[in-house]
Amino acid sequence: MSIATKPERLQPKDFASDQEVRWCPGCGDYAILKAVQKVLADVGAVRENTVFVSGIGCSSRFPYYVSTYGFHTIHGRAPAVATGVKLANPALDVWVVTGDGDGLSIGGNHMLHVLRRNVDLKILLFNNEIYGLTKGQYSPTSRQGTKSPSTPGGSFERPLSACGFALGAGARFVARGIDIQQPQLVEVLKRAHAHRGASFVEIFQNCVVYNDGVFDDFTEKAVAAEMQLHVEHGKPLLFGKEKKRGIRLDPARLRLELVTLGENGVGVEDVLVHDETNRLLAQLLVGLEAPEAPVALGVIFCDPAPSYESEVYGRPAGEPGELGALLRKGRTWEVEDGRSGG
Amino acid sequence: MPTDTTAPGGAGTAAARELRESAVIRFAGDSGDGMQITGSQFTLETALAGNDLATFPDYPAEIRAPAGTTFGVSAFQIHFGAVDIQTAGDDLDVLVAMNPAALRVNLKDLRRGGTLVVDAGAFTERNLIKAGYTANPIGDGSLSDYQLLALEIDRLTEEAVKEFDITSKEAFRSRNMWALGLVLWMYGRERQATIDWIMKKFADEPEIAKANVAVLNAGHAFGETAELPSDLHAYRVERAPAEPGVYRTVSGAEAVAWGLVGGLKAAGLERMVFASYPITPASPVLHLLASLRAHGVVTFQAEDEIAAICAAIGASYAGALGVTSSSGPGIALKTEALGLAIATELPLVVIDSQRAGPSTGLPTKTEQSDLFQAVLGRNADAPMPVIAAATPSDCFEVAMEAVRLATKYMTPVFLMTDGYLANAAEPWHLPDLDALPRFPVRFRTDPEGFHPFVRDPATLARAWAIPGTPGLEHRIGGIERSYESGHISYDPDNHQQMTKVRAAKVAGIAQDIPEQQVALGEAGGPLAVVGWGSTFGPIHQAVRQARAAGMAVSHIHIRYLAPFPRNLGDLLRRFDRILVPEMNNGQLVTLLRAAYLVPAEGLNQVSGKPFKVSTIEAAIRAASAGGNGKGGAA
Repeated sequence: MSIATKPERLQPKDFASDQEVRWCPGCGDYAILKAVQKVLADVGAVRENTVFVSGIGCSSRFPYYVSTYGFHTIHGRAPAVATGVKLANPALDVWVVTGDGDGLSIGGNHMLHVLRRNVDLKILLFNNEIYGLTKGQYSPTSRQGTKSPSTPGGSFERPLSACGFALGAGARFVARGIDIQQPQLVEVLKRAHAHRGASFVEIFQNCVVYNDGVFDDFTEKAVAAEMQLHVEHGKPLLFGKEKKRGIRLDPARLRLELVTLGENGVGVEDVLVHDETNRLLAQLLVGLEAPEAPVALGVIFCDPAPSYESEVYGRPAGEPGELGALLRKGRTWEVEDGRSGG
Repeated sequence: MPTDTTAPGGAGTAAARELRESAVIRFAGDSGDGMQITGSQFTLETALAGNDLATFPDYPAEIRAPAGTTFGVSAFQIHFGAVDIQTAGDDLDVLVAMNPAALRVNLKDLRRGGTLVVDAGAFTERNLIKAGYTANPIGDGSLSDYQLLALEIDRLTEEAVKEFDITSKEAFRSRNMWALGLVLWMYGRERQATIDWIMKKFADEPEIAKANVAVLNAGHAFGETAELPSDLHAYRVERAPAEPGVYRTVSGAEAVAWGLVGGLKAAGLERMVFASYPITPASPVLHLLASLRAHGVVTFQAEDEIAAICAAIGASYAGALGVTSSSGPGIALKTEALGLAIATELPLVVIDSQRAGPSTGLPTKTEQSDLFQAVLGRNADAPMPVIAAATPSDCFEVAMEAVRLATKYMTPVFLMTDGYLANAAEPWHLPDLDALPRFPVRFRTDPEGFHPFVRDPATLARAWAIPGTPGLEHRIGGIERSYESGHISYDPDNHQQMTKVRAAKVAGIAQDIPEQQVALGEAGGPLAVVGWGSTFGPIHQAVRQARAAGMAVSHIHIRYLAPFPRNLGDLLRRFDRILVPEMNNGQLVTLLRAAYLVPAEGLNQVSGKPFKVSTIEAAIRAASAGGNGKGGAA
């Protein structure tokens, strides 16, 4: 299964398939599709070597709209199918597209294990905190009190943190982006693409029909600066219009606190510097929630380790085997004159 | 190879040994007593002595049940002979019982006058109570129907290891070797293969290795020198006639694993991805394949049954041979993904090592009650081929055939085995590798006129176009696809057409498989006994015996269960009565009646154990006499 490379440079439009896109007008998925097509062009992806695997849900229609190989599988199972693709041919560039219901509810077990194993996949989890394709039921990431057809009085289950889950599962790359923040999303996706092993990217995606505006408390233009913490490795964790606000560690209580530079003697040296290889810091960062705190965005955690399939194929396999030798392994005996009996 | 098994280093003289055509021995003890190892070693020595044989390992679901209990009894049965051996045997000639519980559970199967070897040292008050005895059967005359050999095997073992530096626990654990030594003597068997095995197994613990060999020899020497009851004989079982060639013993699990490798090579594929989740009794196939990377096999122990089949499907999509393996409950979990493989028309081999159910059922006991699940058990119209292996060695050929059908027809294929087949062993005449079938796969590479559901007009199989191929980029999925373009299609007429095409593709396989043969007897007459799967042995033997007794009866054994062979209906209609023995509550019999409107009658046994020959023979007699055909049902 050798792979040929092509010299020609493809444009984002070259990664659009001939299929009519069937998401609702205004759906955040359009923006994500656009960002991914740009990333594919920018990283010089080769169409025939690229595979998009998805489960079921609005997000999982994604592969139909990309001009690479694509496999729209069954609900929740994309990580398992993609693992098989990688085991069959580790040279392929494999993306998994899933949603909060697909990836964290029905497919939660597969997500856990694909991250733990560190299969070399880019996993894009479109989180809209709702079941869209089944017409608006609450999802495992829906906030408490979400009114939906199945929770007419408001949901009371506590939501799951997608990135907290990924970190807990042992993911080596955890990042976040917002559907409509194109430049940042493109950069995050490029980092995810460059990472060897499972790259988990949670994308806040607005569902205009069933959960419109659910992320407004940190995505609206008016509050964006104050409510978004764009993290960068080696740089202090600052946010706000004038980067006057920061994140400080309260060591006594082992938690993050919000500070303002210049107040109470706080200087930039008091602010935590982002270390994307620090899993504990990453856990603290993904725990910041709007509206109490700014939402951490960008590459929150990146600490590469050998990918699953590289370990599988990195181990010695022995000499190429002949079937005859296999069958004769162990104890055999020969009958020379079969009919003679005792 | 010497033809007189008693000659070199054997025990006793040929004159002192009574000639037997065949024998059935069962070793029984606690699940920690090493009975499976004892049986396996006896099997190996017996195979090397040139007998035909069949084995039946029967062990509890608990790994180490409380010692001395009846539910913790583990047994290994072997039937061997100078004649063609079809089953693991009905009644025992020799029972070795290592404790009272083993005696209590197994004595009913020992024939009158059979040899009963017990470890008298284990018949303590405590063990007797645990087994439910109120008096020690060794002394109370209740065993007078048998040739009782009550030996203090624990003490004799201790004596044999006196000179070795091992613990008393280690000594106790080696007493199975003493029993093995004695039984090897009883049937004039060699010990060398067992000694080699012990030395290899305990290579890092030479003291234990030497002690085990000493114990084995002690058991053997005891038979040679002890004053045994005068009516206890040493036996001689001569070589069975066999075609010239190289042989080995093989279990169904081994034959499946190697058959898959054979299929991989015959298809000319670089790689097999075998994805599985541990489950009894299917796991041995995973274990066997795990070390075969050099043969192109990558094993993947998935997080669950669903992930296992989905990874196999993903592997097939990417151009490898995807295989998954499980037992009934696990197959149920894979069902939705089977639909995906059917819808996307990807090759896939699914092995079902059936066990007794429903639900957890009897995990270590055999049954063939997943036939409906394999043939019918999916949502929507979702046909796929189903084939079944009849004997341990047959698993090799059937596994290769499963690969052929999967890759040629771009379809998932069910390969049915069961707990009995997976664990049972028999001698196998190794196949001539040059004579094995070849069915090279051709991936699509030509973009001209390509779409993912473009079909071969003869087989109706779609093209296998794999990622990495320039110009063939395409998208597939579970949503219905257009017959014309392969794109998503919600068109009603198209769905009708695609449903018909999927059915026609699978039905067409009937033209590509052999016509149904009669395994024994005439191709028409008063009575056919029709089976599938691991009931081959007992049915064949029962039909053979009935025919020897003058009854007109034939044996038909079906490998291809979906689609059925093209001549099956005509063949069945040439018989007045059709008797269908199955280890389920009547599944093949229902399929046959539905497909051909023939008056097939069931003989159904769901005890978790294989049929006895006598059960089927009784049913044949009843049917031949005009009875209801169910006279012998257990």
